[in-house]
Amino acid sequence: MASNAQDVAELVDRHYAAGFVTDIESDTVPPGLDEDVIRLISAKKEEPAWMLEWRLKAFARWQSMREPTWAHVHYPPIDFQALSYYAAPKSAKDRPKSLDEVDPKLLETYKKLGIPLEEQMMLAGVAVDAVFDSVSVHTTFRDKLAEAGVIFCSFSEAVREYPELVRKYLGTVVPVSDNYYAALNSAVFSDGSFVYIPKNTRCPMELSTYFRINAMNTGQFERTLVVADSGSYVSYLEGCTAPMRDENQLHAAVVELVALDDAEIKYSTVQNWYPGDAEGRGGIYNFVTKRGDCRGAHSKISWTQVETGSAITWKYPSCILKGEGSVGEFYSVALTNNLQQADTGTKMIHLGRNTRSTIVSKGISAGRSQNAYRGLVRIAAGADGARNYTQCDSLLLGSACGAHTFPYIECKNPSAQVEHEASTSRISEDQLFYLRSRGIKQEDAVNMIVNGFCKEVFKELPMEFAVEAQKLLGISLEGAVG
Amino acid sequence: MLEIKNLHVEVNGREILRGIDLVVKPGETHAIMGPNGSGKSTLSHVLAGREGYTITQGEILFNGKSLLELAPEERAGEGVFLAFQYPIEIPGVNNVYMLKAALNGIRAYRGEKELSAADFLKLVKSRVKSVGMTDALLNRPVNAGFSGGEKKRNEVFQMSVLEPKLAILDETDSGLDIDALKTVAEGVNALRDAERSFVVITHYQRLLDYIVPDVVHVLARGRIVKTGSKALALELEARGYDWLLEEAAA
Repeated sequence: MASNAQDVAELVDRHYAAGFVTDIESDTVPPGLDEDVIRLISAKKEEPAWMLEWRLKAFARWQSMREPTWAHVHYPPIDFQALSYYAAPKSAKDRPKSLDEVDPKLLETYKKLGIPLEEQMMLAGVAVDAVFDSVSVHTTFRDKLAEAGVIFCSFSEAVREYPELVRKYLGTVVPVSDNYYAALNSAVFSDGSFVYIPKNTRCPMELSTYFRINAMNTGQFERTLVVADSGSYVSYLEGCTAPMRDENQLHAAVVELVALDDAEIKYSTVQNWYPGDAEGRGGIYNFVTKRGDCRGAHSKISWTQVETGSAITWKYPSCILKGEGSVGEFYSVALTNNLQQADTGTKMIHLGRNTRSTIVSKGISAGRSQNAYRGLVRIAAGADGARNYTQCDSLLLGSACGAHTFPYIECKNPSAQVEHEASTSRISEDQLFYLRSRGIKQEDAVNMIVNGFCKEVFKELPMEFAVEAQKLLGISLEGAVG
Repeated sequence: MLEIKNLHVEVNGREILRGIDLVVKPGETHAIMGPNGSGKSTLSHVLAGREGYTITQGEILFNGKSLLELAPEERAGEGVFLAFQYPIEIPGVNNVYMLKAALNGIRAYRGEKELSAADFLKLVKSRVKSVGMTDALLNRPVNAGFSGGEKKRNEVFQMSVLEPKLAILDETDSGLDIDALKTVAEGVNALRDAERSFVVITHYQRLLDYIVPDVVHVLARGRIVKTGSKALALELEARGYDWLLEEAAA
């Protein structure tokens, strides 16, 4: 361990002597986290000094913080010193050579989702020399965006190319000290996406991280920042319906959204990380901080999420409704099967006058899984005329799973209106029998009922995504009943 | 077509059907009447394959095949249809979408090709009028927010699209006013032909004024205690069930 630390120190020194990294010897930083590792990450990414300082401050904060234990999830303690915090994309020789070397179960799922062969190879991380079509797609796509003045690039690139924008907004929605995982992410984030939509611009296309798949190898600590300037609109799609192969167990991403006057951000996520096997072994821990700031008057931020993957999900996409008349929305489907655990929901913080928020949460539990909705609606004293509507429904499949609801409401303004509706139901034998007696197979009948249950959320997703999400639910529920 | 032999059925250890024998030939309409708790609904559920019933004795043959060994969806594939007494609501699932999945499920079972969206729509359009369905009902979630009459109409509409060989109508008249009853009966009568059989389960004679049966059976305490013609139904209306129960007990 000592010699490793020394190597690291040497590397860091060398990089600093040179001022930038030209040749990287080691692709992976040895396990452990200290200031040197953070310096190394920053150096590898050729970051300016302010970025490194920001990371180091975050690291100092993180060290003084404790891992949260309030969520309704259980897992063995994580040894943060046993993790490696930087890994360059795998070189071709370490990756599967062809699809024949890939887990057939994974391929089966790709097939069911109707994913083209080339994309299957990308998703499975197969090393291929040929240039994919998507690379050229990627290029035309960027030209079109540039024409509109939209910036959409990797976070590392943004730090180098648009430092003023990044500095102005980074950490203003999710402060470094916000929570344990956000602080960790701030210290060690590997990469992510940066989006800026200029004033009065409607982004000419749905922005999708899907296009980055071949370059992705996502990394454990993703950082996303989306800024919509006054009067602009953007729809951002994150994730992928296909289960992604990833050797990193802990994922702690941070997403920050900023909407200025009259701007609107629609952020859709389909999350399908590896949930572990039927006994819950080897699944991803997904500890994410997502928050949107409706900073401007009449701005709007809308979160839509379909969560089917991960062994543990800990995620609360939230809205801070600062601007007068601003609107926050949260539409969520969270499905857990086998031994998956999810503690997910949202926070709607009403600060401005006449702010409105809508929460529609659909939790589906199957197998021996545990699924919790946790939501906070806070109406501050100054939020005259604020309104919230919350609808929170749980559907149970089988008798060994659990659904839990933890709604918190804090209202400090007498003119506010807060409505909360909640229901928990078991998938009904009567419904199943009805559909089956019509000639529909049991598994299809379950899918139909579950998809019907989620309809209000699916209709918020972009069309293509919605179709994939429906298929995904079906696949995630296979074998859940009967 | 349908042959029930010495059928005994228990629910939670209690015997509900105690030796039913029934033969329904192609094109025949049989009415099964009886007081509350006689086992009428149990019989319809067992025919369609609902779980929760224990068959202790007997068998059910449908065109020579043993129905009891088939899952509900397989029975639908063979051509059995149950019009429910209380059609359940399925929120968020479009009525027509469900019906298309059902029809194609049945076709797949029979090794037939899926119906295209266009052909399916044509079929639906041709069936809509006969039972007084409206476009609004078609595209709502299955039975959700339907009135009692609308639910029953939807059952008959589904039947007209799925074109079963044997349709079991479980108290289809309950909760219907006289106009709705007539509409539903007309829908059923339009489907009657030399091949298709019906088992009409009802508490009241009234429905049989509109759907005229070939044979009337009286089910009481888990047994068929009397079989007769349409005249038997009229007699029951005039005299009630008690005399039959006494006769059966004697």
